[in-house]
Amino acid sequence: MSTRSRLIICVLVLGALHLGVACAGFFAPYDPATQDREHPYAPPMWLHFLDAHRGIHLRPFAYAQESQTGSFDEYEENRARVIPVRFFVSGAPYRVLGVLPLRLHLFGADVPVYLLGTDGYGRDLLSRILFGGQVSLLAGLIGAGLTLSIGLCIGAAAGFWGGWKDEVLMRVAELFLALPWIYLLFAMRAFLPLAVPPVKAFLLVVVVIGAVGWARPARMVRGIVLSAKERNFVRAARGFGATGGYLLRRHILPETANVVLTQAAVLVPQFVLAEMTLSFLGLGVPEPLPSWGNLLASLQHYNVLVSYWWMYLPALAMVPFFLGYLVLASLLQGSSRATKIEVASAGV
Amino acid sequence: MSELRAKSAQMGAVVALVAILGCSLFVGRAKSFPPQHSVPAGEKEEIVRVAGEGGRRGGRIVIALKAEPKTLNPLTAADTPSREVISTMQGDLVHINRATQLTEPALAKSWKISPDGLQYTLTLRQGLKFSDGRPVDMEDVLFTFRVYLDEAVHATQRDLLIIDGKPITVRKVDAQTVVFQLAKPYGVGERMFDSWSILPRHLLETTYKEGKLAQSGALGTAANQWAGLGPFRLKEYVAGQRLVLERNPYYWKTDEQGNRLPYLDEIVFLFVPSADAQVLRFQSGETDMISRLGAENFSVLSRQARDYTMADAGPGLEYNFLFFNLNELGEKAPAEMVRKQGWFRSENFRQAVSLAIDREAIVRLVYQGRGAALWGPVTPGNPRWANAAIRYPGRSLDKSRQLLAGAGFRLTNDEIGGPKLVDAEGKPVEFSIITSSSNADRAKMAALIQDDLKQVGMRVQVVPLELRSLIDRVTQTKEYDTCVLGIASFDADPNSDLNVWLSSGGMHLWNPSQKHAATNWEAEIDRLMEQQLTATNTVERKKLYDRVQEILVEHHPMIFLASPDILVGAKKGIGNFHPAVLEPYVLWNVEQLYQRNGAENARR
Repeated sequence: MSTRSRLIICVLVLGALHLGVACAGFFAPYDPATQDREHPYAPPMWLHFLDAHRGIHLRPFAYAQESQTGSFDEYEENRARVIPVRFFVSGAPYRVLGVLPLRLHLFGADVPVYLLGTDGYGRDLLSRILFGGQVSLLAGLIGAGLTLSIGLCIGAAAGFWGGWKDEVLMRVAELFLALPWIYLLFAMRAFLPLAVPPVKAFLLVVVVIGAVGWARPARMVRGIVLSAKERNFVRAARGFGATGGYLLRRHILPETANVVLTQAAVLVPQFVLAEMTLSFLGLGVPEPLPSWGNLLASLQHYNVLVSYWWMYLPALAMVPFFLGYLVLASLLQGSSRATKIEVASAGV
Repeated sequence: MSELRAKSAQMGAVVALVAILGCSLFVGRAKSFPPQHSVPAGEKEEIVRVAGEGGRRGGRIVIALKAEPKTLNPLTAADTPSREVISTMQGDLVHINRATQLTEPALAKSWKISPDGLQYTLTLRQGLKFSDGRPVDMEDVLFTFRVYLDEAVHATQRDLLIIDGKPITVRKVDAQTVVFQLAKPYGVGERMFDSWSILPRHLLETTYKEGKLAQSGALGTAANQWAGLGPFRLKEYVAGQRLVLERNPYYWKTDEQGNRLPYLDEIVFLFVPSADAQVLRFQSGETDMISRLGAENFSVLSRQARDYTMADAGPGLEYNFLFFNLNELGEKAPAEMVRKQGWFRSENFRQAVSLAIDREAIVRLVYQGRGAALWGPVTPGNPRWANAAIRYPGRSLDKSRQLLAGAGFRLTNDEIGGPKLVDAEGKPVEFSIITSSSNADRAKMAALIQDDLKQVGMRVQVVPLELRSLIDRVTQTKEYDTCVLGIASFDADPNSDLNVWLSSGGMHLWNPSQKHAATNWEAEIDRLMEQQLTATNTVERKKLYDRVQEILVEHHPMIFLASPDILVGAKKGIGNFHPAVLEPYVLWNVEQLYQRNGAENARR
């Protein structure tokens, strides 16, 4: 398989994963904040096609979970109570991409079905993971976008104009590399009013992780710009009277495209991780809004760690995304090498 | 776990905000005594015989404290770890039995109260010796009370000895008899003598004269420079790691067979800051007993219990509540705050919030069923003082909505069709709840309240804050909307919460330290609390305190939520393990605790 087709497959898979998270409301059976107080820490329910009498059902079903009397978190599967799962049902209201109001869900049942179990408040973990992905991935994408834009501008400026501007910008970049950004965030959080609305808290996280990470891409871009501006075709264009802005736009920045794309593929998961770290520490989006980080935050408690294995699942949710992005990054890097070799051989 | 505590044995005007500062940087080991096991002779020694299972001598127990005690000095101790350690090292004249909650003779073998309730005559036990072997005499008792009453010492419990603005006077009658003269009758009776540690004059008088008494008793004090009348005495302190106490050979109690108590040779206190780490240490057998367990960790330990016994001692005295910022706002207060306070000042609003909160869910989800729902401040752990007529009526969203409608609020719909409450001016009802970030239970309560109130259309945000900045907001800057906190009284007597209910009290959380009661009902509570303070008849006091509870429930300055059970555990090898619901939960009978396999244990 050629690199190009592998690249296409990878992008398609990632696209599908993101689409799933973007349409979390449809795939998630419940609202992520709804508490089912009768079912705290309910373990995942399995979908069955075969019932106890070996009868085959075309429609998948689950067995009802009943909490044992006198117990807080022990449940027993009641094989007498079959809950058929129905598809394309109407349920809790949600908005697709924050705009389109809908009530349609992929599946649902008369009695709540928790495919991935519930948390300590009886909230459906599957729904929370899906909605949490929206927050975490959006933070990753916006953060990476922000970082790359800043990095591109500063790196290009430093590389192209050189001299004292280059010196100053690169020293600033080094300063940012050395900045302990978690403390910075703590400090910024302290200056905000007591109760920060979720959107504000989210933006704060994104802006901070985005604004702090630009130094590395900026240095990479600068390196490429430095070498690109000495290439013959750039010199030729300059000789024909091209302005600096034109040169950058037309000849130099396109050279950085590969690096920027590869960086993007590396940075997105890195920033998703950063968001998770912050939410894990309680600095991210506030409860009851889910994010992958604050879903994992409950694992800070020893009893959760040893008693409820399904609480680890949010950590698995990010694995396909991270793999996807990292494969994409290596494919992009590979393809850029391939083009370079082609260019080089064509040159000969 | 409970962070704000009304502290005191009986009257509890003294309050300590238990803030855990960093551990002291002092590094050093106290010198240890040479081994001393001889029982001092003396015909006149008047020993207390303690009923109960006889144990065997030897061995030691290891217990974790959540922080290093700040001091060994009973005068200045305010934090829970210090008090827990001091309770094993010091003795009082009359003691409240933590299991029966009744008084029993301790250093005083008997007491007499004059008919007018103004004079208490106590007779000191003969032949008592401090843990360094020096005899106790009446001068020590007089010295103790002189020191406690001295304003310059700043004793945390000093307020308890001031009745009706006048300090108690102490007069020596003869070598064994002392008379305490009160300005007014005092409702608690002889209970007031609990927790006043009798101090060794021979060790402390010079320091006192130098004016340095409040600073003495640091953990690094040399063992021979510190003594008390408790079952254990100082042996060794390793900063940041442990505090070791050894058996006091001069202790004044024996078991039924006449064996001198305590049974154990040593108690080791380890400093283990996190609750989870304490559980792990207990599980691995490093510690012998564990108390102040959360319900979650309790169930983890119960599930795996093999070598240890886990015990649910029933509801304790801790009550958790939500309260509103009802402070007088200055003129510079932001308009938004003023508007919010307009809601909070409405009793209908407060009651509506109270009715919308599902206490049963709190008990089930936060305490895993190991707790009790509250409607008033007195927990089921305190049956003698609880007003039986006050019961949790159950959650009622309908009533809550009616009350809100009556108070001028309107229910509308938000963008996606959920309920949204707006006030008379059409502004949405939104406020925040602050909780301590270190207390997972209360954070969880706040999250449940957030969801409960969403159903009546209120938008609530939960803001976890570091404990000290939370206390600062509540008591100093007063910049908050509402707050979830808990108080654990030290004693069952209502006086232990005096500072919470009196409008002048520093723990009158919704509007602390008022010069004059801000509302009529607060004035009435002030009056009732002061009346019960001097009423000598328990029935009368109960009636007065019942009324206080009723007023609190009628006006909802605090919305009482739930009370957790006292959950503890001990290794199976520990004898006489009988947890109590009063502090110290597992160490209250420390002199009777023993290791069933004492000798093996000593080698550990």
